[in-house]
Amino acid sequence: MSFELETAAHPQNLKRVAIEPVSRVEGHGKVTLLLDDDNKVHQVRLHIVEFRGFERFIQGRPYWEVPVMVQRLCGICPVSHHLAASKALDMVIGATLTPTAEKLRRLMHYGQILQSHALHFFHLASPDLLFGFDADVAKRNIVGVIGAAPEVAKKGVLLRKYGQEIIRMTAGKRVHGTGSVPGGVNKALSIAERDLLLKDIYQMVAWSREAVGIIKGLFEKNLASYNEFGRFRAHSLSLVRADGAMDLYHGGLRARSADGKPLFDHFDYGRYWEVITEDVKPWSYMKFPFLNSLGPAEGWYRVGPLARMTNCDFIPTPLADKERIEFLAYDGGRPAGATLGYHWARMIEMLHAAENIKDLLHDDDILGTDLMSQGERQERGVGVIEAPRGTLIHHYRVNEDDLVIRANLIVSTTHNNQAMNEAIRQVARQHLDGREVTEALLNHIEVAIRCFDPCLSCATHALGRMPLEVTLEDAEGRVLDRKFKDGRGVRSAT
Amino acid sequence: MTSQTFTIDGREVPFEAGQTVMQAALTAGVFIPHLCYHPEFKPHGSCKLCTVMVNGRPATSCTLPAAAGMEVASNTPEILDKRRMLLQMLLVEGNHFCPSCEKSGQCKLQALGYELGVMTPHFTHFYPDRPVDASHHDVLLDFNRCILCELCIRASAEVDRKNVFALSGRGLKKHLIVNAESGRLADTDFALTDKAAQVCPVGVILPKRRGFAVPIGKRRFDEKPISAHVAEFAPVAPAKQGEGR
Repeated sequence: MSFELETAAHPQNLKRVAIEPVSRVEGHGKVTLLLDDDNKVHQVRLHIVEFRGFERFIQGRPYWEVPVMVQRLCGICPVSHHLAASKALDMVIGATLTPTAEKLRRLMHYGQILQSHALHFFHLASPDLLFGFDADVAKRNIVGVIGAAPEVAKKGVLLRKYGQEIIRMTAGKRVHGTGSVPGGVNKALSIAERDLLLKDIYQMVAWSREAVGIIKGLFEKNLASYNEFGRFRAHSLSLVRADGAMDLYHGGLRARSADGKPLFDHFDYGRYWEVITEDVKPWSYMKFPFLNSLGPAEGWYRVGPLARMTNCDFIPTPLADKERIEFLAYDGGRPAGATLGYHWARMIEMLHAAENIKDLLHDDDILGTDLMSQGERQERGVGVIEAPRGTLIHHYRVNEDDLVIRANLIVSTTHNNQAMNEAIRQVARQHLDGREVTEALLNHIEVAIRCFDPCLSCATHALGRMPLEVTLEDAEGRVLDRKFKDGRGVRSAT
Repeated sequence: MTSQTFTIDGREVPFEAGQTVMQAALTAGVFIPHLCYHPEFKPHGSCKLCTVMVNGRPATSCTLPAAAGMEVASNTPEILDKRRMLLQMLLVEGNHFCPSCEKSGQCKLQALGYELGVMTPHFTHFYPDRPVDASHHDVLLDFNRCILCELCIRASAEVDRKNVFALSGRGLKKHLIVNAESGRLADTDFALTDKAAQVCPVGVILPKRRGFAVPIGKRRFDEKPISAHVAEFAPVAPAKQGEGR
């Protein structure tokens, strides 16, 4: 299959611009642009340059080790992998979770959604939104936000901290805990821990509402440009609850076409391969999933907050649902198809997570003692969860000796691979075509990528201190211009 | 009868006739790092972590009989450096991946690493290829973490009377094996209730399907460092044997 701007007809005669690595995202990726002498864009690609190999090296390991091991894929949302793997292995040991175990896992997950969404919006995305996509690069970071809008930055930091405290209390550590195990959880909340969280939850709900207000206000102020920026049509995929509600922890798979028509609904994720296939392309380590019914050329889709917001029939918490209705109706529903609409949807989800946390903290089941269950052993297990960045699939086969013999992980960012490529190609058409390449214009490409909050390799890295190097080469590969920012954000030209 | 004493780092330690320096020290509440020593088994002297200086000469405190008037140096910078180096060598010789190991928080090798401030591997990892043996229904053997302390070999031979484990190979190629023609644990009479299943100081011999059952914060070495567990390592009276760890 081929897509417009994916592969230039005659790349040899074009100059290459690389954004490497893409900054303020999780993981390591690069963007390459091929331009002709008139700066007309001929090829745009988001490359994933890391190969992690988790699927291979968990083979031969005992299954109960997997939820702890695979979460090391990521330092930002390890809970998602921790829980998706646990869900898959629940299936392997035939467990039906006790109410206490499921509620504690949900609490952990909503804590994760809260902290990850807060981290993304305030630390990674807000500098672009508050200062403008082409603002001074020295200011366009979280330190700049702290200087210009300290109250906003402080709330972002504290929202994230609160989410991490929930993770610490349910998983044992803020990052890479062990709370969820096949068949249940290894600890409940103590009354003291519950009370500590209850003390601040109403503040967190209020701040989450304010965060929705911030992005809504930005849309109001920049309506036309926000709606058009990197806009493209795409199908959407997410889990939904049996009654059609948004459910980030469990449900059936629902896919809708770009114009909102159902493609499949409440599909049992235990047979996800009947509806999704992963394609490969020679220029990226990241696969390209597509819906089987539509094929690789037409079947690509998006996942994550925007897809979930448009896919569900309602959100089962009142404040978030009110915001969802407003989001879908705003400006004729155009933000719901806009790439920057991801940020708005993300903040509504953060509010939903805060409301869910509040409800769970008032439920005495989270103090229970019935933590584990098991049933009839199975050979295969699939666990799917709506991670902060979108649908996350873990699939394992375990032999009779309890060792994993096969694993397949389809992470959220992989689902969004083609969508991200579409977004940056659209931005390249809108903003770069025929113009002299500048750092500010290249940042537009990064702004589009950041909308998806990608976890490019699901890797840990020095967040916010990544060096950025942009090189402009002519057709012979000679370097014409190079701009460089080191790990401390100091810029230089060579 | 407790009438004689020696000193460790200037502190007077009483001992009974026949006791080793290690036994007397632990009884007196003085912790000496160790891995192959176990209160219920005869001294082995192989891990060398308990090396002390006695009258200017190095000796393994688990094998050295205590003597009146002995001057023992244990926590000196020079000895601590040597112990760190021994730990660093053990940590690179096997595949010790604490982040995903279910023994994390309950592992004596890890606990000693924290105790002695070993925060980096320092040496180049060997990354040996050691497949796990998951053939037994109840027990997993993860050879990746073996430090050759031989506690399982001794327990299986002396207590269980089964001789399930043995060492094979020489020098760097020395490794733990299962005493069965097939080499598989399933083809022995090993049982989860065996003493040999209880003594591994690291994460080699593991009960299946129970990993990570203890939450972080409640694991053996979460609440206090290994040196604060000194009383648990002290010699046990014959009637109490079986409770020691």
